[in-house]
Amino acid sequence: MSLLARHKIFEKNSIILIIGILVVIAIGGLVEITPLFYLKSTIEVVDGVRPYTPLELAGRNIYVREGCYLCHSQMIRPLRDEVERYGHYSLAAESMYDHPFQWGSKRTGPDLARVGGKYSDDWHVTHLIDPRSIVPQSIMPGYSFLAETALDPSVAKAHLKVNKTLGVPYSADQVTNAAADMRAQTEPDGPGQDDFLKRYPKALVRNFDGKPGLTEMDALVAYLQMLGTGVDFKLYDEKANLR
Amino acid sequence: MTQAGTLTQKNRTIMTLGEGGLAICFAVSALLCLVAAGLTAEPAFEFHALLGTAASIAAVFAILNRYYGASNALPPQEIDGRPNYQFGPIKLASGFAVFWGIAGFTVGLIIALQLAYPVLNLDLPWTSFGRLRPLHTSAVVFAFGGNVLIGTSFYVVQKTCHTRIAGDLAPWFVVLGYNFFILIAGTGYLFGVTQSKEYAEPEWYADLWLTIVWVTYLLVFLGTLMKRNEPHIFVANWFYLAFIVTIAVLHLGNNPAIPVSFVSSKSYIAWAGVQDAMFQWWYGHNAVGFFLTAGFLAIMYYFIPKRAERPVYSYRLSIIHFWALIFLYIWAGPHHLHYTALPDWTQTLGMTFSVMLWMPSWGGMINGLMTLSGAWDKLRTDPVLRMMVVSVAFYGMATFEGPMMSVKVVNSLSHYTDWTIGHVHSGALGWVGYVSFGALYCLVPWLWNTKLYSLKLVNWHFWISTIGIVLYISSMWVAGILQGLMWRAYTALGFLEYSFIETVDAMHPFYVIRAAGGALFLIGALVMAWNLWMTVRLSEPSEASAPVALQPAE
Repeated sequence: MSLLARHKIFEKNSIILIIGILVVIAIGGLVEITPLFYLKSTIEVVDGVRPYTPLELAGRNIYVREGCYLCHSQMIRPLRDEVERYGHYSLAAESMYDHPFQWGSKRTGPDLARVGGKYSDDWHVTHLIDPRSIVPQSIMPGYSFLAETALDPSVAKAHLKVNKTLGVPYSADQVTNAAADMRAQTEPDGPGQDDFLKRYPKALVRNFDGKPGLTEMDALVAYLQMLGTGVDFKLYDEKANLR
Repeated sequence: MTQAGTLTQKNRTIMTLGEGGLAICFAVSALLCLVAAGLTAEPAFEFHALLGTAASIAAVFAILNRYYGASNALPPQEIDGRPNYQFGPIKLASGFAVFWGIAGFTVGLIIALQLAYPVLNLDLPWTSFGRLRPLHTSAVVFAFGGNVLIGTSFYVVQKTCHTRIAGDLAPWFVVLGYNFFILIAGTGYLFGVTQSKEYAEPEWYADLWLTIVWVTYLLVFLGTLMKRNEPHIFVANWFYLAFIVTIAVLHLGNNPAIPVSFVSSKSYIAWAGVQDAMFQWWYGHNAVGFFLTAGFLAIMYYFIPKRAERPVYSYRLSIIHFWALIFLYIWAGPHHLHYTALPDWTQTLGMTFSVMLWMPSWGGMINGLMTLSGAWDKLRTDPVLRMMVVSVAFYGMATFEGPMMSVKVVNSLSHYTDWTIGHVHSGALGWVGYVSFGALYCLVPWLWNTKLYSLKLVNWHFWISTIGIVLYISSMWVAGILQGLMWRAYTALGFLEYSFIETVDAMHPFYVIRAAGGALFLIGALVMAWNLWMTVRLSEPSEASAPVALQPAE
C-alpha cells in the first residue's frame, strides 16, 4: 500500500491538494472541448446560412427571454421518426452564428429547428396569442403581450456590433443600417426594400403581425419563419461532410 | 481608515484593513450602482442597480455600526485553549436554505401545475412557465442547495480542522453576497433577464458578482484549511474543495459574454453553436457532478459518520472514490448531446466515461452505507439518520440510472422526454434533498446548542416526502417512456402513428400525479421548517447571556 501511503502528501498540504484537483478536472474538458475549435470537420461546409437580420435577431432574443428553449428543442436528431416528423436532421453549420445556441434539452412542445415556412404568419400570431384557439390540447402559455409591446429599432446597431465582435460576419454596412433594416423587413412596400434585400438576400419581407407598427410579435414571427430555411437540402451533399 | 477618536468603551481604536477596505469598496459600488440606475433605459436593470445601491449602503452601515458599536473587540481565535468557532454565518446560511427551499419547492409545484393546467400561466409575462422554470431550478439548486453547502462547509471545515474560520468579515460576505446573487438572479428571471444557458441563466453582471463571492468563498475555505490544527485534511474537505474549485472553473468557462452596453442586462455569450453547446453541457453536467454530487458527498462523509457514531467505512475507498469521481465526471457532459450536431467522437467519449462513472459513484454509495455497519439498528429509532441513509440509496439509484441513460440507444428514447425530468428529481429530491434535510436536522441543534424539537415530526416529514418522491419519479418514468415510444411509433402502413399533440395530451394524467408528488414533498419541507423553527425558538433561553452580535435574519 505504498501508493496509498503517498496519498498523504495531498492530505497534509492544501495547496498540493488544490493543484491535484485542478489537474485532474482539467483533462476531460481540454480533450473534449479544444478540438472543437480547430477540427475543420466540426462544422459542415454549407451554402445558405447567413447571420440573422436585425429583426430576426430581436425575435431570437425574445425567444431566449421567454424561455421558449425550455420546452422546444431546435435540434433534429438523425433518427427515422424525427426526420419524417420535422425534416432533415440539424447540422452544426445551421447554428454557427448562434450566441447562445438554442438546441434545447426537452420537448414538451415540438421541435422548432425547421418550423420556418410550415405555418402562415397569421397562424403563428393567432397561436402565440392564444395557443388553445388553434390547438385545443396545447399546454403552451399565451403570449398576447408580445403583440402589444413595441419594438425599439434604435438598439439594433449595438446588438449587431457585439455579434460582429464575437465573430458573426456582419458587414460594416449591415451594422450601420441595423435600425433601418429592422423597419424595412416589416414594410414590403417601404423605401428601404432594395437595400435591405441586398444586405440580406432571400430574407422574408412581410408585415408579420399584420398590423401597423413594429412589435415584438413581428420580431418573434420573423425569427420563427426563418428557422431551418437557410440550407437547401436538395443541393446539400451529405457525403462531403461525413464525420 | 481614520476614525472619530474616543468613543465610549472602545476596545480598539483603529479599523482593520478588511473593515476599511470593504467599507470603501461598498461605498464605491453604491455610487456606481446609482449611476448605472440613472443611465439605463431598462426597468429590470434599473431595479437591479437600485438593489445594488441599497445592499451596498446597508453593507457600509453594517461595517461602521460594528466598528463604532459599544464593544468592537475582534473575537478571539481561541477561548480557554479551545477554538472559538464562528457559527454566525452558518446560522444565517441555514436560515436562508430553509427559506429558499420552501420558495423553490413552491415554484416547482406551480410550474408542475401549469403543465397540467395551462390556464395557470395567466398569460402574463412574469408568470409564464418559461420564466418560472429557471426560477425553480435556480432556487432549489443554487439557493437551497448552495446555502446548505456553504453553511455545512463552514461548519465542517472548522470542526475538522479544529480552528476558527479564516477571515473576519469574509465568511459573512460569502453568505450575504451569495444570497444577494440569488436575489438578483431570481428577480431577473421574472423580468426575462436570462442568457438561456440552463443552470447558468443569470446575466453578465450577476455572473461577475458571483465570481467575486465565489473567489472569496474559496479563499475562506482554503485559508481555514491552511490554519488547521490537525495534521490531516479530513475527507469531507477534499470534496468541498473540489466542489468549490471546479464550480469556479466551470463558471468561468461557460459564461464569458459581452454585454450590449454597460447599462444593459442583455449580453451575448462568447461561444457559438456547437462549441457553445459543448461548453454548456460540460458546465451543466458538472454542476450536477460537483455542485450536486461532490458537495453533498462531503456532507455525507461528515454527517453520516457523526450521526451514526461510526467511522467512515473505508479510508482507501474514499481516496479511490474521490479521485476517480472528479476525474471521470468532467468527461460526461456530451451525453446531454447524443445524436445532435456535436461530432460523434465527442458523444462516444461522453458515453464511455458516463458508463465508467457508475463505478466510483457506487464506491461512494458503498462507503456511505457501510459506515452504518454495526449501527443499522439506529435506523429504527433515528429518523434523521434514516433520511440520510435513504438519500444515499437514492444516490445509488440515480447514479445507476444516469449511466444507463447515457448509453446512446437508451438515450435515443429518453432524451427530450420527461424521463430525464424523473431522473433528475430522483437525484434532486431523493439524494440532494434528503441529505440536506438530514444535515439541517443535525446542524440546527448543534449550532443553537440544543435538541431537535421533535423527532416525531421528522418521521412525518420522511414519510410524507417519500411518498411524494415515489409519485413524482414513477409518474415521470411512465410519462417519459410513453412519450418516447409514441414519438417513434409507426402504423402498419409505415406512417408515424401519432401527431405531436396526441403525445402531449397523453401526458396529462402523469403531470397531475407529478404535481401531487411535488405537493407532498413541499408539505414535508414545511413540516421541517416548523420543526427547525421551534428548535431555534426553544433554544433561546439558554442563549440569553450570549453577546448580541450580528443576529441571523430568518
